[in-house]
Amino acid sequence: MKRIALLGMPNTGKSTLFNRISGASARVGNWPGITVDLMSAKILIGGHIAELIDLPGIYDLHGFSEDEQVVRRFLSNNAVDLVIVLLNSSQIDRQLSLVLQIKKLNIPAVLALNMADEAKQSGITIDTESLANDLHIPVLSISAKYGDGLPKALQAATQIINQNQTATDPKVISQLLQEDHQIEHEMEKLIQHHVQIPTTFTDNTTDKIDKVLLHKWFGLPIFFVAMFVLFQFIFTVGKPLQDGLAWALSLFRSGLLEPIFVSSPAWFSGLMLDGVYNGVATVAAFVPIIVLFFLVMSMVEDSGYLSRAAFLMDSLMAKMGLDGRGFVMMLMGFGCNVPALMGTRIMRSRPMRLLTMLVIPLSLCSARLQVFIFIITALFTAKHAPLVLFTLYVMSFLTMFLTAILFQGQYKNTEPFILELPPYRFPTLRQIILRGWHEVKHFLVRASKFIVIGVVLVWALTNFPSNVPPASAGTYAGQIGALFAPILDPLGINNQLAIALIFGFVAKEIVVGALAVIYGMQGDALMVHMATQIDWVQAMSFMLFTLIYTPCLSTIATLRSEAKSSAFMWLSIAWSLGLAWVVSFVFYQGARWLGY
Amino acid sequence: MQLLSQLKIGQNAIITAIEADEYLFHRLSALGFRVGKPLSIIRRANFNGPLHVRLGTTDVILRDTEATRIQINAEI
Repeated sequence: MKRIALLGMPNTGKSTLFNRISGASARVGNWPGITVDLMSAKILIGGHIAELIDLPGIYDLHGFSEDEQVVRRFLSNNAVDLVIVLLNSSQIDRQLSLVLQIKKLNIPAVLALNMADEAKQSGITIDTESLANDLHIPVLSISAKYGDGLPKALQAATQIINQNQTATDPKVISQLLQEDHQIEHEMEKLIQHHVQIPTTFTDNTTDKIDKVLLHKWFGLPIFFVAMFVLFQFIFTVGKPLQDGLAWALSLFRSGLLEPIFVSSPAWFSGLMLDGVYNGVATVAAFVPIIVLFFLVMSMVEDSGYLSRAAFLMDSLMAKMGLDGRGFVMMLMGFGCNVPALMGTRIMRSRPMRLLTMLVIPLSLCSARLQVFIFIITALFTAKHAPLVLFTLYVMSFLTMFLTAILFQGQYKNTEPFILELPPYRFPTLRQIILRGWHEVKHFLVRASKFIVIGVVLVWALTNFPSNVPPASAGTYAGQIGALFAPILDPLGINNQLAIALIFGFVAKEIVVGALAVIYGMQGDALMVHMATQIDWVQAMSFMLFTLIYTPCLSTIATLRSEAKSSAFMWLSIAWSLGLAWVVSFVFYQGARWLGY
Repeated sequence: MQLLSQLKIGQNAIITAIEADEYLFHRLSALGFRVGKPLSIIRRANFNGPLHVRLGTTDVILRDTEATRIQINAEI
């Protein structure tokens, strides 16, 4: 099978072009020699089936960033029949370097010049024919966004593929890559001969928008308002979708599954319904949020606003070893940790990405909010309730900052902070939808197995041995709770609450339901009963522990699949458990010492 | 000798030298920072935040740490 690689600098619309050619068929895959995943798709080109690979966006084939190393290693380990180099036409004066670098490797190439419309607007003219003659490779103007010129570019690619040249041995490429050719002179000559660039260049629209959005004093408030609106959008649209999905899933359960398992032994129907099926339902509950999140994220990213957010937030974030883009993900974590973790993929430096991923699970997500509202209503007066909730949010931020500051030495970012500010652009609906689809697929493939197994495990812990009531002190969960009593007693967390914490490991949404099972009561009766069982200091300590100890199984599964490291997952779990214990201990003992 | 980090908002300048390690040098040159090239400062973020620099057709933001590696000749 022929192999075609897509190469270009960041912000040239490379992923858009990849999506346009491959459609929804793209999949994430592993490649020899590299540790990161690359998107690839099988496409039909000139009667051949070829594999199209979306390489990371890089500035320089000889650069030192992680992505640049990935591309080098990919080319040194995988034979490539053709490289399609995509450049932003308005920046051809500096991006041409990438084409010349590829040419030095003797890999057949096609040069696609994207965003010809933007170049035209700013008065840049490129003589593609004469440039092609000088470069000895086909040069075509295209629009990745709308597909203009794409058939011609693919035709040129087909011609090269049909010549059936044997691909250069990757070993040779590997050697060639070690030589850094001086191409500046060649580049300047080419630009002089074939490109006309006006001396003064300004993109007026972008400048005008930037004057407002990057304003010295209004920039940050506008950013926060924009984030809040997007956030509200995700969760006001997402909530009914999630509820509807939950309703459909429970209907499916009561209408179809329960009758099927009615005659099977209790343990088996429990395993299938409360274990496996609940696990599937847990996975499904995230689908609407992930789709909506990436719908919004791809708008923010493709429009060019994300780099602006980095500009606005950088002075604060740099002190914590993070950057402004990480802040957007941290904020999103307050809605749901899972898509926020997936969103960190925009950060190209691995240490910084890991640091951000360590911080996100500490954000008070909407599921934890449900637990807190229940407990606050049960144990605090209406006068105190807002203050308690506010304290929990403050604690969430504090633990996030603390984690970032403590671990920034461990995950030291070595990449220089130099970002391009692309002009504002409108993303197309197609791009946005494809992105949502790819992300959901990614989540389902990578995380669902882990989540289902975890849910089954917690079900088993809270339902066995079978001769005691579910979720009671006699179950394995109860025994584990009793085992940890010496550790949890100093926090004021009793055995019942400890069992609820074990449930909470799966998902915070089920904690309230778990308390209902544990105490054998529901709703108001449960609230009244809990108020007689624990006092406010215990409740606060329990809430602090719940906030910090571990987000949920889905977050952990995502953390593991995004970091590609179980060790990192364990570090995150151990750190948050430890931190939760210390915070709750200090609070509980301090409050008791003060006489509360 | 003047550094990019010392340039005032709205000022234009020509790059006279880039003194950076190989990593940073590669990145800077790929983004268009080359000796002899003109640039201008568009704005700076509050609280000593990053600089917004325009080079030809490219807008770039960079921190002070990186900006001190670039020597310039400011237009008066």
